[in-house]
Amino acid sequence: MGRNRVAIVGAGMTKFVRRAQETAKELAWEAASKALESCELTLDDIDAVVVDTAPEAFDGVHMNSEYLSDGAGGWGKPVIRGYVGGGTGVFAAIQGWYHVASGLFDTVLVVCEEKMSSCQPHPQGAFLTIFDHTTERPLKPNLLWIFALEMNAYMSRYGLSKKDIALVAVKNKRNAADHPAALLGDPNITVEDILNTEVLAWPVQRGDVSPISDGAVALVMCAEHVARRVTDKPVWVEGVGWSLDTAYWTNRDLSYPVYVEEAARMAYKMAGITEPRKQIHIAEPYDPFDYKELHHLEGLLLFDKGKAPEATALGITQRDGDLPVCPSGGLLGVGNPIAAAGLMKVAEIFWQLRGEAGARQVPGQPKRGVAQAWGDLMQVGTVIVLGI
Amino acid sequence: MKEHVYETVYLREKDFQEGRVLFETWVPNARYAWDAGVAIGRFLQELKAGRLVGTRCANCGRVMVPPRMFCEHCFAPIDEFVPLEDTGTVITFSLCYVTWDMVRIEEPQIPAVIGIDGASPGMGIMHLLGEVDPKAVKIGMRVAAVWKPPEERTGAITDILYFKPLE
Repeated sequence: MGRNRVAIVGAGMTKFVRRAQETAKELAWEAASKALESCELTLDDIDAVVVDTAPEAFDGVHMNSEYLSDGAGGWGKPVIRGYVGGGTGVFAAIQGWYHVASGLFDTVLVVCEEKMSSCQPHPQGAFLTIFDHTTERPLKPNLLWIFALEMNAYMSRYGLSKKDIALVAVKNKRNAADHPAALLGDPNITVEDILNTEVLAWPVQRGDVSPISDGAVALVMCAEHVARRVTDKPVWVEGVGWSLDTAYWTNRDLSYPVYVEEAARMAYKMAGITEPRKQIHIAEPYDPFDYKELHHLEGLLLFDKGKAPEATALGITQRDGDLPVCPSGGLLGVGNPIAAAGLMKVAEIFWQLRGEAGARQVPGQPKRGVAQAWGDLMQVGTVIVLGI
Repeated sequence: MKEHVYETVYLREKDFQEGRVLFETWVPNARYAWDAGVAIGRFLQELKAGRLVGTRCANCGRVMVPPRMFCEHCFAPIDEFVPLEDTGTVITFSLCYVTWDMVRIEEPQIPAVIGIDGASPGMGIMHLLGEVDPKAVKIGMRVAAVWKPPEERTGAITDILYFKPLE
């Protein structure tokens, strides 16, 4: 099957904030215009636009992507939206990839926006309809339950303590202190600080969770002949993958994200990666909760099952460790405007591989990185491998 | 790097409380009447009678709960309902101290995934635990359904009040 080579040539984002004055449309414009500016292109150079945003119920706007498409540069162009819940941000880059890889378009603008703050009294309300209307919702579930149930299953399977997991939150919030767009960066936070936060749904405490956020991120993706003209530092999409597990979540093994493994295997095969632990130099797994980074590192086959916590304790996943993980600061530190947060991870790999990550730059000139997101009913894995 | 970040405007909760920014509110009025479906309809009917049922796939042999009218692995129809026990094992649980809108509650709710006896291994349903000291709840704990009195049952998952530890 013939596929064209696809590069990322530009990236931009808004600050991630608790509550933005900007509307969704305005946030999308801020990120999109920054991405175009970063590679010195204008909207006239763009053939098609991918506009993704996660639950419409956050905004209370039906067809929210279309509503904010003007801000994303969609006027008069082929526009598409994809939506796989929390997995949307990385999936947006995958959509951008196949728009170009197919040969249909040369240059595509990919924009992800999320504004969680509009939803009152709490954006969790927008998520409650994820539960089965007949067998689950009458029990009045709360979204935290499913994460708490999964975290407990993971901890119990491998005999992990809260401290083992809190180390992820400490690392990411410290990393985020160097990110100019971060909401919760803190260079001095300690594991005790995380362990002393209030219990929400044990084992989940406040410090284990990423914050409600508003924000947007955009990328410019293009075919090789355009990329060579636009930049001397293209970052290539080497592989993409995604996979969905059953919606009968109470029938799954909650201690291991098999759908992430399936997505990773698809992406690694495309990228020609046979030994991910040697061939991947930097990783941005999805970390809306601290245990999820560990869960996903194992699903990405970067550590054995149950061993990611040990690697974290040994410092392997620190920015200067053997495998820097979430050098951006992740969702726990930079913030979690759902769809935008996933695309922020792809942007971070882009900046890191180009050596443009500033104070967050990992040492050793990484050549290949992986970004991953997770969502739907805790059932989708979306994976992209980038390289230079 | 900093040049690629737009200086988004940051608002504080106080700005809203004190009306220093302009905003618009909307209270949705949308109601739904869901059909329970072929398989779950039967499941609810059995709950009303004080029984749990699952379905067995003739092809792969899995006994599934919640029951379904097709097997998502074999993608084949299922027409065999099988009776299950109203006992099971705690696969995982949480002690939840907040409501969905983050108001604190004193006595924790204890949601759990409960593997139902008679179904295939790992086949659980979500429900609550009760009549148990939160500190005593363990993964692997054996539990039994506590049913509403027959005259109060409506054919709903809440016909089981909660699961409690088996002595």
